[in-house]
Amino acid sequence: MTLTEFFGLYNYWIVVFLMMTGFYIVIARRNMIKTVIGLNIFQVSVVLLYVTMGKVTGGTAPIIPPGIAGHSDGEHASSHGSHDAHEVVDHAHQHAADAAEIIYSNPLPSVLMLTAIVVGIATTALALALIVRISEDYGTIEEDEILLMDRRQ
Amino acid sequence: MLVSVSILTLLAVTAIAIARIGDLWAAVMFTGIFSFLGASWMLILDAPDVAFTEAAVGAGISTVLMLGTLALTGKKEKPTKSSPIVPLFVVGVTGAALIYGTLDMPHFGDRHSPVQTRIDPGFVEKSQPDMHGLPNVVTGLLGSYRGYDTLGETAVIFTAGIAVILILRREPKEKETERSTGKKGKSL
Repeated sequence: MTLTEFFGLYNYWIVVFLMMTGFYIVIARRNMIKTVIGLNIFQVSVVLLYVTMGKVTGGTAPIIPPGIAGHSDGEHASSHGSHDAHEVVDHAHQHAADAAEIIYSNPLPSVLMLTAIVVGIATTALALALIVRISEDYGTIEEDEILLMDRRQ
Repeated sequence: MLVSVSILTLLAVTAIAIARIGDLWAAVMFTGIFSFLGASWMLILDAPDVAFTEAAVGAGISTVLMLGTLALTGKKEKPTKSSPIVPLFVVGVTGAALIYGTLDMPHFGDRHSPVQTRIDPGFVEKSQPDMHGLPNVVTGLLGSYRGYDTLGETAVIFTAGIAVILILRREPKEKETERSTGKKGKSL
């Protein structure tokens, strides 16, 4: 294993580690709020996994700078025709005038993960509401105590 | 590279701290720090939109929601009696399988990885003319090309909001609590 290989895969390993920490918290801890925290960590690590796959070395955020934005409308039709689709996808605008090539990182993982984060907070809010309700009825949010109370009835 | 590696290491350390700490209030605070570190790394990964959302939603709103829950339930976690060996074993096996899976993943920042070459370049190229000059490709994708997905997301949030209100609602005889919990439900 070379050093480039190590640093090329280091991000995935950390993400896997974070996922497994979240997973551990979910299955090892009996406190319900701790479980929700574990799920949150798991969710953030999944988001990181997707976003890290969209990164391109030397790339920049997929926001088209105003200089190019000004005259891209007119040139769009001509530049698109000559573009080889299977070359490198992430370079977006072949600017005919100065031939300056900007490499953008992949916008698709960002879009997917924006949706995932917002849905994640919705499910977290729902889980916390359920925890509040459980604590009102049982007086505890420890899972084993609740199971014990249920068995006694 | 150095910043990236140090942020990743901090993320791992924070995750361990969350797993080990018994005080729930501290754990929630660490979760906020964790989300914020994640957002910082996303900024390095050229995803500012996700970073902003994570910082606002993950580090902001979810921390507030969890603190609100803690105020209603209690701050201490009871120490678990069961031994952590079985969970550790399960986590270790799953983690080893996942690490094995990463070994032939494309390297970090590889521009020839399937993620980059198997999508339609038109997403980026046509985004600006399609969106009438909107420079941010991510916003264009989210609002237009994947607009139905975003609509579905809004439906999910609406459903969750309704569900939270219904869960926290009380019987008419307990009018006092109904007023306070109803207010909380709406603010979600």
